[in-house]
Amino acid sequence: MADLAINLGGIKSPNPFWVASGPPSNTAYQAHRALEAGWGGIVWKTIGDAIVNTSSRYSGLNVGTVRMAGFNNIELTSDRSPETNFREIAEVKQRWPERAIIASLMVDTRERWHEFVKRSEDAGADGIELNFGCPHGMCERGMGSAVGQQPAVTERIVGWVMEVATIPVIVKLTPNITDVTYAARAARKGGANAISLINTINSITQVDLDKLVPEPEVGGLSTHGGYCGPAVKPIALHMVQSCAADPEVGLPISGIGGIANWRDAAEFIALGATGLQVCTAIMHYGFRIVEDMIDGLSDYLDAKGFKSVSELVGRAVPTVKKWEALDLNYKRIARIDYDKCIGCNLCYIACEDGAHQCIDLVPPNGHGLGPGRVPGKPIPQVREADCVGCNLCALVCPVDHCITMVSIDRGLERMSWRDYQEKVARGEMRPIPAHS
Amino acid sequence: MPISPKLGPEAAKANMADIAPAYTPQEAIIEANRCLFCFDAPCIQACPTGIDVPSFIKKIATGNLTGSARVILSANILGASCARVCPTEVLCEGACVVLDREGDPVKIGRLQRYTTDNALSNGLHVLKAAVTKSGKRVAVIGGGPAGLGCAAELAQLGHQVVVFEKQAQAGGLNTYGIAYYKMTPEVSLEEVGLVKSLGVEFRCGVEVGKDISAEQIEKEFDAIFLGLGLGPGVRLNVPGEDLPEVIEALDFIEQIHTRPLHEVPVGERVAVIGGGNTAIDAVTQAKRLGAREAVIVYRRSREEMPAYQFERRLAQTDGARFMFNVVPVEVISNGTGHVTGLKLARSAGGNGKLQTVPGSEFIEPFDMVITAIGEEKKAALLKRLFPTLKLHPKGMVLREEETGATNLPKVFAGGDCANGGREVVNAVAEGKKAARGIHAFLAGGKVAGLVQASRYGVKGAPVGSGFDGPIRVPELEKEYAEQTA
Repeated sequence: MADLAINLGGIKSPNPFWVASGPPSNTAYQAHRALEAGWGGIVWKTIGDAIVNTSSRYSGLNVGTVRMAGFNNIELTSDRSPETNFREIAEVKQRWPERAIIASLMVDTRERWHEFVKRSEDAGADGIELNFGCPHGMCERGMGSAVGQQPAVTERIVGWVMEVATIPVIVKLTPNITDVTYAARAARKGGANAISLINTINSITQVDLDKLVPEPEVGGLSTHGGYCGPAVKPIALHMVQSCAADPEVGLPISGIGGIANWRDAAEFIALGATGLQVCTAIMHYGFRIVEDMIDGLSDYLDAKGFKSVSELVGRAVPTVKKWEALDLNYKRIARIDYDKCIGCNLCYIACEDGAHQCIDLVPPNGHGLGPGRVPGKPIPQVREADCVGCNLCALVCPVDHCITMVSIDRGLERMSWRDYQEKVARGEMRPIPAHS
Repeated sequence: MPISPKLGPEAAKANMADIAPAYTPQEAIIEANRCLFCFDAPCIQACPTGIDVPSFIKKIATGNLTGSARVILSANILGASCARVCPTEVLCEGACVVLDREGDPVKIGRLQRYTTDNALSNGLHVLKAAVTKSGKRVAVIGGGPAGLGCAAELAQLGHQVVVFEKQAQAGGLNTYGIAYYKMTPEVSLEEVGLVKSLGVEFRCGVEVGKDISAEQIEKEFDAIFLGLGLGPGVRLNVPGEDLPEVIEALDFIEQIHTRPLHEVPVGERVAVIGGGNTAIDAVTQAKRLGAREAVIVYRRSREEMPAYQFERRLAQTDGARFMFNVVPVEVISNGTGHVTGLKLARSAGGNGKLQTVPGSEFIEPFDMVITAIGEEKKAALLKRLFPTLKLHPKGMVLREEETGATNLPKVFAGGDCANGGREVVNAVAEGKKAARGIHAFLAGGKVAGLVQASRYGVKGAPVGSGFDGPIRVPELEKEYAEQTA
């Protein structure tokens, strides 16, 4: 059995799965339920001066019959008093000494930061997460993403925290910024022990077409909400990898953004996350989802021969390069398995209208297609000489393993765009002619 | 003993309730989302009327029910009844690629019903009669599916259409001859209303050749469409056939459609003679109306039954019994003047001639006999109305497949009277094709081929769309070939 325990910048946890700061981590009642279910840690809902929330707070993006493929919210930080929150943190930590209990904080002045850091430590928290990412409401008051979007301010406030902190400090980054590594570097310069990302993304999920007001609607108005859920995973992976690959960041990462199962988790870890935080999936299905996350990740690590989570951390990071480093001589083409093909022709029309016109519809030549087997119905055939290997047909194909992208060895040496520029400049090769 | 109704109103109604109830909006959306939106989809090709199935299903998924109805009804004016009575298992759903992927096709028929129900119950006017009128008048003889398909298309092409229907109501078998649990007559009558709304005039209760002569019609109209359907049921030609409890299947089903369900007389022990889909309709409905026992009596083997698989399964789950390889020799009455049983003989001989086994006769007690061994062609009537009209030796009207044109210059034909008896959907398709043939004839032009929207941009020469070259799945074609051989 692979070792699932992690150490994130000095915070120890029996497994990498933490409940992210948000509605599921609002109370001791929820924390107990989460930890009973098996979560390795919990990042408390952000503590600051108690706020007042609106009624109607969440909205979703449904895709076909899939509910909440994307999700957003306009809920603010904790609406409970700091006294209540710190008292409950102390209770939870006492009952769950082996789990990671993190206090998420958001205040304004240096004095207030000092005070809240100390109160977190007094409550027994294992670490502190600085909420520099919340993109709605709090940023209008000069906090949350208003801090995270300005590296200099980030660095200064992290500095204030580090003046007094004796437990590890994680800085939670906003994705609503051109290049997240600048914010991550600022956290490093300020002395933080780790970063967590991504916080939610500015968004409007949908417009009610009868009322012509976006959701969530609050008395005839709406506002920009923080977007999360499965739909944001690709953005989060990109930002996690960018920070993991940046030597000027060099901090352990707690990955957040659309993680709903062990596969998502493994991908985040492979791209540089040491630990993981989950919120939307819990809001959708409850704390019980952690069971399959633990089980699935453990089995995956065993199957791949990894002895611990840490052996997987960052394994895929070096495979992500700038475009200019990619091999222009690498070639792959699409191959259709006619035993699996059901004759939907989605590959054909996708290639024809949406890509590079390299699939033909040809007479079936004895290939049976589908139970209907409409006699003579043409079948799709890849014109391999013209196939650019774009993957679109394989992506749209509704049958598993029916269209495979096959690597073709053309006996050519690796040649990146940079190599190509140099070779042409040295007169070693002629420019590749433009596509007709 | 004379037979009498067996069940009270509640029980009869419950037994005859919808076999495939309407989808709720959520059920429809979930099912619609299973559709892959194929390009050049096989379901379109398997539909004789060439409905753009992926398009109407996509519109259900996006909440565009008006557009969905427009797609269906513009291809098939009887989309609501076809949704209920089509053998979808061997047509669109039999060709569905999702069936190949996961063993369970998209429920195209039920989705089509969802859209068309919504259109009919909300009175959505998705079809429009042409604004410019041609000034030409077309007579449609027979108000069944073929006639309705033809009339609706002609009206949309700008012609003035009069439908002559011998019965009190139009709709043909859709109004009088469909198993009640599949479709009630109201659905058919709503469809007739849809055709009326396009400006088509209906003269019901008018029999051509009796109330109005064929000559008169030829004089008054610029073109004629023959959609007469088939004649009365084929007789058994055995002694005792005229006893009061011997009834043709379609007459039995008509009783179900024209009387309150609890007033339809049915026997305690009912024999249904025949092995086709109409025999199944009769045996299941006899059972559902309270017959203690209902038995299919078929002269060949189980494997040779022409009824569809799913129809046979239905008869089985309804508790019907089957007797194979037996032929009726006599309907017995024992001098009571009422049916008391059937004298049957064993039959032998496979593919070739069927022979009765000498000395194998036996008697089974029954008090009602329903015959379902096919319907007569209307050769005699056709000869009387149009003496020079060319007929097939078997009695069907000979016509061009693509235009419905007969040997008479302004006479066109389609549906059962021309194809010998196929599905409702074939009749609609043939009526529609004939309408285009008539349109070309009246305008003195050529028939323009329709292109399915979903096929725009196909390169090369793939097969035609469902409408231009209907392709049924092979099993059905085989069955059809055998039946008409």
